[in-house]
Amino acid sequence: MDKKRRDFLKIAGVTTLAGLGGTTVVDRLVSGSSPVQARAAQEVDPAEHGAGEQTAAAGHGEEVVKSGNRLGMVVDLRKFREHPELLEKVRQACHAEHNVPDFPNKKDVIKWIWPTGFENAFPEHSTYHLNESSEDNKVPVFCNHCDSPPCVKACPTRATFKNKDGIVAMDYHRCIGCRFCMAACPYGMRSFNWRDPRAGLDMNNINRRFPTRMRGVVEKCNFCAERVGLGEQPKCVEVCGETKAMIFGNLNDPESEIRKVLKENFTIQRKPSAGTHPSVFYIV
Amino acid sequence: MFEKALKGNNYYWMWLAFLGTFIGIAAICYVRQFNYGLGLTGMSRDVSWGLYISQFTFLVGVAAGGVMVVLPYYIHNYKEFAKITILGEFLAIAALLMCLSFIVVDLGQPMRMLNVIFHAQPKSMLFYDMLVLNGYLFLNIICGWVILTSERKEVPPPKWIYFFVYLSIPFAVSIHTVTAMLYCGLPGRHFWLSAIVAPRFLASAFAAGPAFIVVAALILKRVSHFDAGKKAIDKLVTIIIYAALVNVFFVGLEFFVGYYSNMPGHIATLQYLFFGLEHNGHMYNNLVPFMWGFVVLFIIGITLLSIPYTRRHNDFWLGAGAAAIFISFWLDKGVGFVLGGFVPTPLEEVVEYYPTANEIFITIGVWAMGFFVLTVLYKIAIGVEQEIE
Repeated sequence: MDKKRRDFLKIAGVTTLAGLGGTTVVDRLVSGSSPVQARAAQEVDPAEHGAGEQTAAAGHGEEVVKSGNRLGMVVDLRKFREHPELLEKVRQACHAEHNVPDFPNKKDVIKWIWPTGFENAFPEHSTYHLNESSEDNKVPVFCNHCDSPPCVKACPTRATFKNKDGIVAMDYHRCIGCRFCMAACPYGMRSFNWRDPRAGLDMNNINRRFPTRMRGVVEKCNFCAERVGLGEQPKCVEVCGETKAMIFGNLNDPESEIRKVLKENFTIQRKPSAGTHPSVFYIV
Repeated sequence: MFEKALKGNNYYWMWLAFLGTFIGIAAICYVRQFNYGLGLTGMSRDVSWGLYISQFTFLVGVAAGGVMVVLPYYIHNYKEFAKITILGEFLAIAALLMCLSFIVVDLGQPMRMLNVIFHAQPKSMLFYDMLVLNGYLFLNIICGWVILTSERKEVPPPKWIYFFVYLSIPFAVSIHTVTAMLYCGLPGRHFWLSAIVAPRFLASAFAAGPAFIVVAALILKRVSHFDAGKKAIDKLVTIIIYAALVNVFFVGLEFFVGYYSNMPGHIATLQYLFFGLEHNGHMYNNLVPFMWGFVVLFIIGITLLSIPYTRRHNDFWLGAGAAAIFISFWLDKGVGFVLGGFVPTPLEEVVEYYPTANEIFITIGVWAMGFFVLTVLYKIAIGVEQEIE
């Protein structure tokens, strides 16, 4: 019995260590294996300071093409006007996929993607007399996965960070719940678990592929990092399907579909003056 | 020296028991919040910081304000401040303890607090705030204690302590500058995104901190034999007047930039705070009374402090004037500045914040804790003072 317990503790200890520091060690080993690789890994990582300097040098409003991936999204509002029911379907699918609780009290609300008015989404666009289609139709808003994300800079524990593929992701286990990132986000895309989120979920009916959260941490759209990692499309894009209302892809790949769409259409971004370089584009 | 805090008259113990009651209530309320989550507060995804962080912001100023007695005494050798310097240092300790408590009660996951150190992010202003606040707390504890100890032994303080005394002066400025940077470093929040936030914070701190010390000194004169000296109080009042005027001047500049330039983002929050903001046919104005309270109390306070009779010949009016300035700037920074910044939301909506009873009791309890610590520390300081005499 005693021996077993010792073995268990050993394994538990090693696993914990691997979990804590393992990734760092592996990263170091991999990136350090050859100078070329090491440099490539550095260039790919846009979260590091190098990227910040580049963007700063590029100046206001310009986008910088960098080596490596930068996942982004184009939202075609014309398609959402053609399919008025689509937006609600997308919202429900996303929230089901990520076990986002449904609280009736406005004070507790958590949301990842939701419909809002054109003027709310794009306050910088002057709309003295809004055209009818924009007035009647809602705009889906979700995390912009900015290239220069203020939330990442604000987070004192690196619980919010930028992945190498450009996704602004979160570690729910590291978040201390200071909500500095919520104040920092110029788009109001972050939600906080004011109470136990599981109370707002049907626990027999949750998606077991994605963790539920605990109270006291911040959350937001993660571009379905867990699906993208497996080579799948984000849930919202999958729901839109053939309507092509949402197009997802690598903004840094000139051959990608999203780049083609960006080339062919005039797109706008939310609050470009905030200098955050959003990776989500809207076709009005 | 702690034994000095254990001997006191009935009023002393009644006062501590009074504060202790509120601390106890707050402890129960905090347990409730800890078990349920921050949903027990009035905060929401739209107004994500409430009373806790606004109190924190104001109290950082009170802590920094203590430097207004330390600096003239140690840098300019202004001997009149010899007796009240310790009041400034001990005030800073109590205020900082309140600040740190307000941060802790505001955290969603307080048990993970140390992640700020384990996974430090040097790009985050909160990281630097943690460093300077704890640094300033440490400096004040060590300076206050060492100097009081040598005073008690009637020997000059050791030379090495002056290094920490001088270091504490830039630290005082830094705590409020970094706290201002928590706000003015955020894009997309127009009201906070202003280069004048840090100077404005400092000006209001240099008025509010000394105003508190004046009130405290006047109370101590009545309840004990501690006399700060007329000259020292008078000099402090001069400091308060200038700092208060500068603060209100800075607020006025915000009005000019907003309304003259007519930039919607700059106007919106000022409009909401002082006049009420109309949005979708509804008038939102729950902070308006507080902001006009700030203006009225400022005028009352500055008048009482400026008129020679009320300033020099009547302790009651002097204390009332200083208290008016303190409360006025509490309304400005401890209520308006932080809460107002969330209106309108980034999605151009207006959500008003109403704190809950649970939240208010925790807030009162943290203040009571600060006053408790302050009372004990002042008791020790006065005890040492009397022992020498």
